[in-house]
Amino acid sequence: MDTVTLIQTLLNSVVASSIYALVAVGLALAFGVMKMANFAHGEFFMVGAYCVYVLYALVGLPFPLAVILAIPIVALFGLVAERLIFRPTRKNILAGFMATAGLAFILQVLAGQIWGVGIAKSIPTPYMGAADVGDATIGWQRLIVIPCAFAMLLALRFFLYRVKLGKALRACAQDPEIAALQGIRTNRMTALAMALAGASAGLAGALMAPIHSVTPYMGHGVILIAFVVVIVGGMASIEGAILAAVILGFIHTFVTTVTDNLIATMVGVGFMALTLIVRPQGLLGRERA
Amino acid sequence: MSAPEEVANTGLASATALRRFAPLLLLAAVLAVLCVLGFELRPYHRELAIVFFINVIMVTSYRLITTTGDWSFAHVVLMGAGSYGAALIAKHAGLPFGVVVPMAGITAAIVGAAFIIPLLRTAGFGFFIASFAMGELVRLIWVKVQFPFGGTRGIINIPSPEIVGLRLSPPVPFYFTCFIVMLAAVFIMWRLDRSRIGNAWKSIHSDDLLAECVGIDVARYRSLAFITGAFFAGIAGALLAYRMGSIDPRNFDLTTMIYLIIWVVVGGTTTFWGPIVGLVVVTIAFEWSRPLLEWRPLMFGGVLIFFLIFLPGGLESLFPKVGNALRTPPGQQFQRLRTWFTTFASRT
Repeated sequence: MDTVTLIQTLLNSVVASSIYALVAVGLALAFGVMKMANFAHGEFFMVGAYCVYVLYALVGLPFPLAVILAIPIVALFGLVAERLIFRPTRKNILAGFMATAGLAFILQVLAGQIWGVGIAKSIPTPYMGAADVGDATIGWQRLIVIPCAFAMLLALRFFLYRVKLGKALRACAQDPEIAALQGIRTNRMTALAMALAGASAGLAGALMAPIHSVTPYMGHGVILIAFVVVIVGGMASIEGAILAAVILGFIHTFVTTVTDNLIATMVGVGFMALTLIVRPQGLLGRERA
Repeated sequence: MSAPEEVANTGLASATALRRFAPLLLLAAVLAVLCVLGFELRPYHRELAIVFFINVIMVTSYRLITTTGDWSFAHVVLMGAGSYGAALIAKHAGLPFGVVVPMAGITAAIVGAAFIIPLLRTAGFGFFIASFAMGELVRLIWVKVQFPFGGTRGIINIPSPEIVGLRLSPPVPFYFTCFIVMLAAVFIMWRLDRSRIGNAWKSIHSDDLLAECVGIDVARYRSLAFITGAFFAGIAGALLAYRMGSIDPRNFDLTTMIYLIIWVVVGGTTTFWGPIVGLVVVTIAFEWSRPLLEWRPLMFGGVLIFFLIFLPGGLESLFPKVGNALRTPPGQQFQRLRTWFTTFASRT
């Protein structure tokens, strides 16, 4: 691998890591609070991408506005999923998880019926041109993902550690009963966690819309990687999810550059299997998956 | 015992006898009907019945794994391992049907044994998603590797089944082949469920720490359940490969796996027969919904959510209620309905 390819691949790795981190953080956050495991998380990503398709490519809003609007829309999906699925099935983690598999089916069919199944939606690239980094070039559209993801993750961190509501959310994740004794409303916290999960998945989907091919089934590949990241990071650990996202983002991009995408996915899953054998609780997790 | 009770008991003697033999009679009746149907069904419905038999093996073996509390998401891929195993053995080794089917089961069991090593480190939800990822890994290998799996096109021209010179490929013989294989598989799994091993599996589900304390090797029994389930899934896969004559990775994708979960959830997993009841009901509903082809995943996704929220025990949890309703006088039934409504109203 020569220097140009190396720099290129490094940059692509950072982009991939940012997206993985955005997607996986939501999954880990929701799992941390009341063990809400969302199988439709990949479909939230898909909805985020479709938001950009509708608002930017069809309606003609500016791209940044479309991306910003996608965040609350998908957060709303998260809220609805919490209220209609996770709250009634709180006693049983698997029931909620399988029910969201049903939700994934529903969202796929709706997207397919409203906007068509066939070929991927073409979204005109909002930021043409490429940046020169050393001898390598990388499209602005890809590069822009990095600061957006950083901003979202930093905002999330600020919220969780500095804002009272965020601290309440973490308290609820540590021990729902004791948090409830302190006057924290558990139901609000689960709703908040799912809204945040939806928001981050929606942002990731919205940012990827011009790069990724937008189809009703695009969530499938995303959810697989997100699960692998979350297991490697340690189920409920947000920091673990980010660390694992960086590791897997680099592994995936480098293996893709050397061979192809399929083998990269296999290597990722193999890495997960290895992590489970060597360290079942994940890199930064406390309890076993 | 007082006199009126004695009178009641003698009156009930024939009723208890009936209750003891009723399931057997029902089973015999169902089997007889299925035998007749083998000759009488129209080709399309016969094909449906063959798929139904294969699926019966799938749901029963899936339920066998769930008795330990492990909900696998790789079961359809293990079925695929059986299909690929059967197709390759039949095609390249030219072995007869009677040898290929058990070998397909063993192939799937070996893949299952490889899966369970990392999966043992997980439980509950982690088991679910880790098995999903492992299954995807194997499926991607089929997509990727041209030789011997044939990549995305899969394996075509699987030889038609034959046993001691008897051709099994025509619809009627194949119907009965699948029927007999299904009966044998279900019978073995039923015996296992009733055996000491089956009880050990269930004890792990109810309390794995307690099970370990009374001397049950939890890891070993969990592996045993998973590998046994994989073996039967492989058998089902072999039948599928023979029926279709060609297989490709899309036959074993996530959608099929979610449908398997829908069958099992609709039926319930506490009793042995629950998943089969769920399969029957969902298969019929599935056929009725043929005009609404594109909307089908949405409908069944809705069914899945409905059952998990409102009827988590599945259809089987209704059986005792129906039985009670038939035995209680209508006045009492009305009372019960009222109390049910008031509790339901207070709950929501």
